[in-house]
Amino acid sequence: MQILIHLSFAILAISMVLCFVRLVIGPSLPDRVVALELLSMIIVGIIGIHALQSDETSFLDVAIVVALMSFLATVGFARFLERGGRRDD
Amino acid sequence: MLIASLGIARLPDLLTRMHASTKGASLGVMLLMAAVALHFLEEVVFARTIAITFFVLMTAPVAAHAIGRAGYFVGIELWKGTLKDELRPNYNPLSHRLHSGLKKPAKGADTEARDDVNSEGGKGDSDTRA
Repeated sequence: MQILIHLSFAILAISMVLCFVRLVIGPSLPDRVVALELLSMIIVGIIGIHALQSDETSFLDVAIVVALMSFLATVGFARFLERGGRRDD
Repeated sequence: MLIASLGIARLPDLLTRMHASTKGASLGVMLLMAAVALHFLEEVVFARTIAITFFVLMTAPVAAHAIGRAGYFVGIELWKGTLKDELRPNYNPLSHRLHSGLKKPAKGADTEARDDVNSEGGKGDSDTRA
C-alpha cells in the first residue's frame, strides 16, 4: 500500500514537472492558462493521495475548494482574454 | 494524468493540448476519488468524493470551452496540419462577431457588420488587441 502511494506521488510529480515546462515555454497566454488548469487538477489528485496516506478525511474539503478556485480562475482568464488581454506574450 | 501532462508538453497547438489535458485530468481525478472512497468506506467520504467528481465533470468542459473560445478569438495560430477550420468563414475578426452557420449571412447582416466596423473602428481595434 505504501509502495502504491509513493508510486502515485511520483507519477503526479512527473506530471507536475511536465505541466510546469509547458507553463514556462508556452508560446501564448491561453496555453499557459490551460497548463495552469491542469496543474490545479494535479494538485487535487495530490490532495486526494495525501488524504489516503494520512487517513484524514478533512483534506477532501481542501480538494473541493481547490477545484472550485481553479474553475473560477480559468473562467476569469477566459473573460480577460476575450475582452482585454494582449494577443500573445 | 501523466498522459495528460505528456500531451500538454508535446502536442503542437492550443486546441490539441486542451484535448489532451481536459479528458485525461478528468479521468485521473475520477479514479483517484474512487480510490479514496473505497479506502475510507464511510458515507461522508462518499458524499465528498462524489461531490468532487461531479464538480470536476461539470466544470472541466465549461472551462475548456471558455478557454478555447477565447484562444480562438485572440488569434492563436493553429497547427499547420489542421485540415478543417469550420469557424473561419463564419467569424469576422474585425467586428468580433460570429455568424450562425444555419442561416446564410444575409446582405443585411453583412452590411450591418461592415457598418459596425466603420462606426466603431477604434473600439473594434482595441477590442481585438491590435
